[in-house]
Amino acid sequence: MPGPQRFALPDVGEGLTEAEIVSWKVQVGDVVAVNDVLVEIETAKSLVELPSPYAGTVEQLLAAEGETVEVGAAIVVVGDGSVTPAPAAAREAAAEEGSGATLVGYGTREATARRRRRGPAAATEPAAATEPAADLTPLEVAVPELSPPPQAGGEETEAQAPDARAAEPAGAVHVLAKPPVRKLARDLGVDLAAARASGPGGTVTRADVLALVPAAPTEPQRRVEEHPRERHVPIRGVRKATAAAMVESAFSAPHVTVFTTVDVTRTMRMVQMLKQDREFEGVRVSPLLLVAKALIVAVQRNPDINSTWDEHNQVIVVKNYVNLGIAVATPRGLLVPNVKDADEMTMKELAVALGTLTATARDGRATPKDLSEGTITITNVGTFGIETGTPILNPGEAAILAVGRIAERPWVHKGKVKKRQTVTLGLSIDHRMLDGESGSRALADIAAVLEDPVRALAWT
Amino acid sequence: MTDGAVSPTTSGAPTMVQLLDADGVRHEHPEHHADLEPDELLGLLRDLVLLRRFDSEAEALQRTGELGLWVGTRGQEASQIGAARAVRDQDHLFPTYRDHGATLTREVDPLHILSIYRGIDHGGWDPVAHGVHPYTLVIAAQLLPAVGYAMGVQRDGAMGTGDPARDTAVLAYLGDGATSQGEASEALGWAAVYNAPVVFFCQNNQWAISEPVERQARVPLHRRAEGHGMPGVMVDGNDVLAVLSVVRSALDRARAGGGPTFVEAWTYRMGAHTTSDDPTRYRDAVEVEQWREKDPVERLRTYLRAEGVLDDDFEEQLAAESEALAERIRAGVRGMTDPDPVGMFDHAYAEPHAQVEEERDAFLAAWAQHEQDLEQSPAGGGR
Repeated sequence: MPGPQRFALPDVGEGLTEAEIVSWKVQVGDVVAVNDVLVEIETAKSLVELPSPYAGTVEQLLAAEGETVEVGAAIVVVGDGSVTPAPAAAREAAAEEGSGATLVGYGTREATARRRRRGPAAATEPAAATEPAADLTPLEVAVPELSPPPQAGGEETEAQAPDARAAEPAGAVHVLAKPPVRKLARDLGVDLAAARASGPGGTVTRADVLALVPAAPTEPQRRVEEHPRERHVPIRGVRKATAAAMVESAFSAPHVTVFTTVDVTRTMRMVQMLKQDREFEGVRVSPLLLVAKALIVAVQRNPDINSTWDEHNQVIVVKNYVNLGIAVATPRGLLVPNVKDADEMTMKELAVALGTLTATARDGRATPKDLSEGTITITNVGTFGIETGTPILNPGEAAILAVGRIAERPWVHKGKVKKRQTVTLGLSIDHRMLDGESGSRALADIAAVLEDPVRALAWT
Repeated sequence: MTDGAVSPTTSGAPTMVQLLDADGVRHEHPEHHADLEPDELLGLLRDLVLLRRFDSEAEALQRTGELGLWVGTRGQEASQIGAARAVRDQDHLFPTYRDHGATLTREVDPLHILSIYRGIDHGGWDPVAHGVHPYTLVIAAQLLPAVGYAMGVQRDGAMGTGDPARDTAVLAYLGDGATSQGEASEALGWAAVYNAPVVFFCQNNQWAISEPVERQARVPLHRRAEGHGMPGVMVDGNDVLAVLSVVRSALDRARAGGGPTFVEAWTYRMGAHTTSDDPTRYRDAVEVEQWREKDPVERLRTYLRAEGVLDDDFEEQLAAESEALAERIRAGVRGMTDPDPVGMFDHAYAEPHAQVEEERDAFLAAWAQHEQDLEQSPAGGGR
């Protein structure tokens, strides 16, 4: 290979003038082949990976992650490996600036760096602590604090910092501070470099930044806490978990919901009969019990709706057991505890289990075991007077049944419009493993059992 | 099904011609057989692999600043190769800017294609010699000329003679988005009314840049052909055998005077619309993953392995050939020089033209003056 090659930032998007270095995929000393990915950049249009046009050894990275670089500026030097990756040679803009080769980030021209650092060298920064863009990589938050004091970064960092100042009067000098502190400083218009570095390892702390703020309208507490016309509720606990679960489900499982309205007059009659049955004395019998039973019968006839999409192992796991989840609104938020092996229970056992489960959950005593390993879920939105809904799947499950309000409505019964008790059911399914057909069949089976509970006897 | 029977997003499984499923398993079809010799099958695999390598190298060249733009073909190899290998020498192709499979199989130099995307050439290969038109960058704009060419074939009497070396058909490429252009409707109407020997080959790659196909049409695209008065056929665009067979019979029909056909190849653009596009902004990674499992190259490879047609030797040879191609185009593109500006006057007319001569002289004079000004300028200037 004919000496070190400089790779200049190309215009990857028809007329772009700059791009931000998001992350380096190589380090100095790495051997790369042609088309190996070197770096990920973000342009005004997209995130793009740049392949290496050269084969060889990475000798220098000339731009730091988070920096914005002009199209045409060299960002990396790839050599034939003969150059030791040590104090590096010339740079595109300021050749005399003797950049430490391990100091990822000393590189782009000052004028092009969007997040440039200014001011005296309060502290230099070891390589690992390259300034993370405050709004980019929260993972790096802890790094500066944990970093060793500046001296540990290597002698060349110490030696080279003044050079950098000399070369660039408005020079780029690193100030150690946690990203939230950097953000605070930016929000308040405080120059970090002007702040006292009283934190561990020479870091600028929140207090140091605030010390430079004139006590006046920009008092940060006001910004953070008081919103006279709004209520800001921290996202945490069940709300946070629910949000994560719903996002995971909604954006990994393509949902399809099918609906049917069914005459449940006979089911409601059966609920009354069971309530009066001596065997069910002291047991809470609700329409939900019969809906649960109907769902279990439907699972037996349509086992596919009781399954899990296992992305990792690339299998659909069809379960021969039913851990029946019930969505419960609790003071803490929505919980979905489940009755284990509900399919093996008698009607009475199921009634007891459902009663216990929902009571436990409402009291905030549901155990992690109660809340995990569900296989299929019922959400009884009818208790809120709602006709039906399009429920989002409990993550890992293939189907969820929404039960609407059971009420007397006009209905054509035996050729005449009669007052009948009806309900609208909505079944959401995961379209990755179930099609409209299987979902519809399952829902039709549930409806058939609820319309005539005798069906359950015929089918089990 | 909740998808709705007339949505263009239904895969149309019952009507879609498929000979090789996503797992590389061969299926029989009452009309389409694609009975190919082992050599022909390996030839198709070679085409697919080389096209993919060509595409990935071109993308890398764009990312390293050697090309201004690249329009990728990944995912659509079977559609492009299947259709292009169905044509005969005398047939004429009208590709879009994405149909590198069509162009490469017509033996256009890969570097010539890349010179367009480097911005130094307009793709002026000899369309007659190669039987393939220059790329059309304006969506659907190639379709009316394609129909016009087909009508010319008709008027030359090069259709329905029964002579396999004389009867000619036209293959007009379009994408799903192009069906929304008025020209597409005009072209389909003209072709049907005049019974022109043209096959409209529509690669439905599901996305017109960021617009999904369901925002292009309320019915499956191939069903729109019926309204224009020609048969519409849907084929698994990731199944090279099915595409080859369907397009071949459509072309045969056209050459015999049977009229135009609209073929919808159901496929997917695995990459970005162009290198200037970021598909993650509008489409779901899950969708891309689902299509990855339907990969056109892998399914043919699996099938040929299972049939014992493909062995390690061939694979190794093909891998070496792919790398050689990549190296050739990498070196070729890097070595490209900007064209002489005066060249733009050379191809305005086929024959010398007084006014163009005049313009050339004026241009040369202005250029010389400009150079002189630069030299005299104290700042030295920069070009």
